Amino acid sequence: MTTFSELAHGIPPGLVLIIGAGIVPFLRGRPRDAYLLALPAVGLLQIVSLETGDHIRASVLGLEILMLRVDRLALVFGYIFHIAAFVGIVYALHLKKTFEHAAALAYAGSAIGAVFAGDLVTLFVYWELTAITSVFLIFGRRTPRACQAGMRYLVVQIGSGVLLLSGTVLHYLDTNSVAFGHLGVTSPGTTLIFIAFGIKCAFPLLHNWLQDAYPEATVTGTVFLSAFTTKLAVYALARGYAGTEMLVWIGATMTAFPIFYAVIENDLRRVLAYSLNNQLGFMVTGIGIGTEMALNGTISHAFSHILYKALLFMSMGAVLYRVGTIKGSELGGLYKSMPWTAAFCIVGAASISAFPLFSGFISKALIITAAAENGYFVTWLVLLFASAGVFHHSGIKIPYFAFFAHDSGKRCEEAPRNMLAAMAIAAALCIGIGVYPQALYGILPFPVDFQPYTSTHVLTQLQLLLFSALAFAVLIRTGVYPPELRSTNLDSDWLYRRLGPLAAGAVSRRVGRAAALLRNGAKARLEDVAGWFSRHHGPEGAMARTWPTGATVLWVAILLGAFLIASFSA
Amino acid sequence: MTPKTPEAPDRPAEPSGERKYWLDEPKNVDKVFYGTCLSCVLVAAADLLVHRHLVFPVEALFGFYGIYGFAACVGLVLAAKELRKIIKRDEAYYGDDL
Repeated sequence: MTTFSELAHGIPPGLVLIIGAGIVPFLRGRPRDAYLLALPAVGLLQIVSLETGDHIRASVLGLEILMLRVDRLALVFGYIFHIAAFVGIVYALHLKKTFEHAAALAYAGSAIGAVFAGDLVTLFVYWELTAITSVFLIFGRRTPRACQAGMRYLVVQIGSGVLLLSGTVLHYLDTNSVAFGHLGVTSPGTTLIFIAFGIKCAFPLLHNWLQDAYPEATVTGTVFLSAFTTKLAVYALARGYAGTEMLVWIGATMTAFPIFYAVIENDLRRVLAYSLNNQLGFMVTGIGIGTEMALNGTISHAFSHILYKALLFMSMGAVLYRVGTIKGSELGGLYKSMPWTAAFCIVGAASISAFPLFSGFISKALIITAAAENGYFVTWLVLLFASAGVFHHSGIKIPYFAFFAHDSGKRCEEAPRNMLAAMAIAAALCIGIGVYPQALYGILPFPVDFQPYTSTHVLTQLQLLLFSALAFAVLIRTGVYPPELRSTNLDSDWLYRRLGPLAAGAVSRRVGRAAALLRNGAKARLEDVAGWFSRHHGPEGAMARTWPTGATVLWVAILLGAFLIASFSA
Repeated sequence: MTPKTPEAPDRPAEPSGERKYWLDEPKNVDKVFYGTCLSCVLVAAADLLVHRHLVFPVEALFGFYGIYGFAACVGLVLAAKELRKIIKRDEAYYGDDL
């Protein structure tokens, strides 16, 4: 064993980035850039040299803590999280705000630490760290709107952590163990943990923090956000709840319902947030099916997804950075000003749509095939519908309304070079994985016995996609396609942004009125009492009067007289 | 169907003296559309030539994937338009500072 290997096995992964982030604010210029780029490279080097097994154990308050557990599941996520951190940093290199760099690195480090955590307590610590560090990527936008969205995001994320901790405590009381392996929804404790994971994974009705917060984050922040939080949740579900039947329909619902919102949403980064939710649905379905093939599909799809989703968010971020808005209603024709960004966006769009030779094709095929081969007919139909839908709103709508459609007349510079470089790296990886899937299949947890490039797969997928494209073209040309409109679309966040405050307002008004009534009643009673005292004991009161001496003598005489009569009569 | 170019009437003036792009020509936009139609015909026809591996009987229908994809997208958009009638609010609905 070399010294580096010993060192690598002695430090929990992720700490390189978390501790390294602390130094970032003290660096400037090129040394800072070099340092930023080196950190994820060193982190990646560390996990590449890790051997499978349990490595760093500790006993804290009688709990068996396992800070470094290495297996193939953790490693895949470790690799892609480091790659995403690297790409994100390249994309953000132009930023002068070192604090944002530090937050992004610490956030990536927390997510990496979490996937190598072997117990629920360590997982909880990293789980909360991802929330606390990532919120600064939203606050960094420095608008009141972003600050409010950031606060809502923080409440939801911390809430998820609190549920995780509560579930862990109950689970510990049941089993006397905090080890994080397969859990299953079997007890109140594991159910709470399941809900905690579900919140972070944006399950239906628990999802809206995602679409609320991600589009409000900074241009570069959203790229980081899109990679880590939700995929950490996918990892956690895959480890703890593989084969949980209800995940099949939860996932299928997730693939379908966000795409209706995506079609009518005007903020293109919010459209991407909806499509992120839809893609998570495919992964969750795979976890629910739970076979080796389905889990391989989920994990490879998470890997591909992080890259193409980051690529799409990067291209839309570049538009926002240059044009100052990302509203579909105000964009169009930007391919003339930003041809490279447009081209990279199209690569991302082709990948998320799962066109053959792009990354989404080789990963999503595993999940859909697993659904079909295990007899999930309705689920399979929903997944096909969602596949056509994602092409429709993410594959076509995003590039079409930003770069083509009607020419908005807006002219701007091409994206900065570092942004283009980051997009180029992500685009190259999207195509690389699509063309040579064995590279990704080779690192998956289970052996892959699947050939994505069969004539059946390629042909059926091309039919699905090309006819979806035709539908879009026909709807646009006939004017049926809904125009991009400046609007807010109500989603489940309405419950806590409008109904909650309304209900709270109504309750507070009622309570206020009741309190006022009580107060007034009590005041009136007190005033009565005070008035009585004032009448009798006040300055004018009979009891407060100074009595003349004569009156006192008279009273004494009366008393003595009465006493005399009483004693004689006795 | 008469091909319309909805972008034509409200198109703002392009910065003058700018070079013409290939897609600025409505004729070329039509070419892209007809190209898409042709690709659809080709991949649908390939059903006849390629022996497909089937899992569900419904897949055996001629052009199942194409019809399903087309219907899914049209249904999606029509449903989303209805949804918009219910959930669309003013941009400043939540009173946020825009």
